[in-house]
Amino acid sequence: MKNLFISAALVLAVASPALADKVFVTNEKGNSVTVLDAATLEVIHTIEGLQRPRGITASPDGRHIYVCASDDDLVRVFDSATYEELPSLPSGADPELFVLHPSGNPLYIANEDDNIVTVVDVETRQVLAEVPVGVEPEGMAVSPDGRLVVNTSETTNMAHLIDTQSYQIVANVLVDSRPRFAEYTPDGKLLFVTAEIGGTVSVIDTSTNEVTGKIGFEVAGVLPEALQPVGLRITADGTKAYVALGPANRVAVIDIASRSVSDYLLVGQRVWQLAFSPDGRFLYTTNGNSNDISVIDTASDEVTISVPVGEQPWGVVAVRTQGEG
Amino acid sequence: MTKLKVALCGLGLMVIGSPALAEGTEYRIGVIRVDAPAPMPISRLDLPPEDLGIAGARLGTADNATTGGFLGQTFATEIVVATPQTAEAEMQKLLDAGVPYIVTLADAPMTVRLADIAGDRALVFNALATDDSLRGVDCRANLLHVAPSDAMMADGLAQYLAWKRWDEVVLIAGSHPEDQALAKAYRHAANKFGLTIVAERLYEDTGGARRTDSGHAQVQKQMPVFTQGLPDHEVIIAADHAGVFADWLPFHTWDARPVAGSAGLVPQSWDPAMEAWGGTQFQTRFEKSAGRPARSEDFQAWAALRVIGEAATRTNGGDFAAMHDFILSDKFDLAAFKGQKLTFRDWDGQLRQPILLVAGNVVASVSPQDEYLHQVSQLDTLGVDRPETECKK
Repeated sequence: MKNLFISAALVLAVASPALADKVFVTNEKGNSVTVLDAATLEVIHTIEGLQRPRGITASPDGRHIYVCASDDDLVRVFDSATYEELPSLPSGADPELFVLHPSGNPLYIANEDDNIVTVVDVETRQVLAEVPVGVEPEGMAVSPDGRLVVNTSETTNMAHLIDTQSYQIVANVLVDSRPRFAEYTPDGKLLFVTAEIGGTVSVIDTSTNEVTGKIGFEVAGVLPEALQPVGLRITADGTKAYVALGPANRVAVIDIASRSVSDYLLVGQRVWQLAFSPDGRFLYTTNGNSNDISVIDTASDEVTISVPVGEQPWGVVAVRTQGEG
Repeated sequence: MTKLKVALCGLGLMVIGSPALAEGTEYRIGVIRVDAPAPMPISRLDLPPEDLGIAGARLGTADNATTGGFLGQTFATEIVVATPQTAEAEMQKLLDAGVPYIVTLADAPMTVRLADIAGDRALVFNALATDDSLRGVDCRANLLHVAPSDAMMADGLAQYLAWKRWDEVVLIAGSHPEDQALAKAYRHAANKFGLTIVAERLYEDTGGARRTDSGHAQVQKQMPVFTQGLPDHEVIIAADHAGVFADWLPFHTWDARPVAGSAGLVPQSWDPAMEAWGGTQFQTRFEKSAGRPARSEDFQAWAALRVIGEAATRTNGGDFAAMHDFILSDKFDLAAFKGQKLTFRDWDGQLRQPILLVAGNVVASVSPQDEYLHQVSQLDTLGVDRPETECKK
């Protein structure tokens, strides 16, 4: 297997190094991670043996894949080129979502059961801090300058802004019911927070930490209760946000300048989390109830294809691997 | 981030960006559970835990306190376990002490009496009684219902049976008034969703012990005979609020037919097996704090406390009038692990909510079923809708 991989990697390296983009999808029910070749969208590997994998992210250099294995109570770590498992990180109980500091270290993990955010050094694998937050911490984001980490608490309905140096909460911003996910614009000036039950996306001005706008959703023929914003991603140029609308089976495209929805894209069932390709040309969506991912062309905002993965896909990350074995 | 903000926020209690924030608001909440003497349940697995409902209220208080900690709000919950003889005096004591939010876990007649004592001095949250009369002819302006109604649960089950095309139904009702009221809800639900009740039988409660050693020996002979000679049917619905016979129906019926209602496939507001919509998080937190699985009564008491907490959050520490208005307004919603926002019906004070259909160790389905639509809220396909309400508060 290893020899085979090395020869494959050599071929790729000679042919076109840029083709080594891979998409990693956690399958919550399948207890696995599906790996797809981003160029061909073919499944090239499946990592088995995780207990309820959900949140997934990658190191800035794309070499390490971190997975919240919720029922293992661990963050499991894999080499993106070889799929070899590396030593796990402590996570606290039932990790669901996390975010890496822009420098690649540390990792900030939401622990739903304990109302804390656990901060873990990915090199030493030590817990650096536990920060008490609201009830049922869920979404995690980090400011582009790395100075603030954000946690959303689902029952407290707030975004908690935590200083990454002092681990003190510096602001608590009330948003709508059941906030699930947070993300900064690339310039760090705005913070977007989705509220699943509230059905809105709050836009927070980071200079005042005030909610300066709320974006609602409306799709003809879809029950308003089904429009439940969950995952959210913002384009690298800061012009558009994509919002997964859960059981509405659609991804909303938000024009950030006008703070309005410009399009709704039909994807698979119960669309949950989103990730861009490394070059930003594509957006991948996990569709939990149809066991597939959809691929959106971000230039045209068209859904180009759906690809079957494992059972109940939950999280997704795409990386450019270094081509080393 | 300025130095000043960091310094202030080191306390962890500061909210930036809420200029109207009222610091230091204390919310006083009373919880009254009224324990009437009742016969033992058929199964010892159904023996009520001592802290039934109360454990849910405690978790709701803890959740409110965590959130309140970020907003300068505190929550003080006084918990009272009363008897039918002492309940009214206990209510009076809470009112005299100035407690304006009262959660009740009592039967329907007692719930009305407690609400009437409270009058305009307190908002009362019914977290136990499911009787439709409380939402209809006996409704009160100061009484909100966090527990679902019999009509909502009957409709939830009827939708599922209609979806299964099990539309020929036998209804077996107990002889207690609450059983008869429940049977009425099932008749209404059958009519509403196109089921046909092909026969009805009455199960008389002749008293006696519900549990005896080797009690099953007689039941095994009695239940088949009791259900013999029914016209063709697809499912039996048991209306047994009092818990006298329904648990003995499955596997003892004359014909091999499934049982639903008070046994078999049971409509409930909550169940320890519920894992959808983040429900596992509630279960885990509850089990950690109470040391046992959560029952419907616990979920309902938790939800009542969370209604108060959510209104306190959203009104920036509002006073009684602001809280009351907000809870009944279309701005209020509660996230409660049921996959969509829960809101109050303004015509009868009922909290809209999906109904779980529980089969043994699993949640088999959740109503409303997708196929039943509504012009206002799909949740209003369950229970008494605005045009048919008998509430004139």
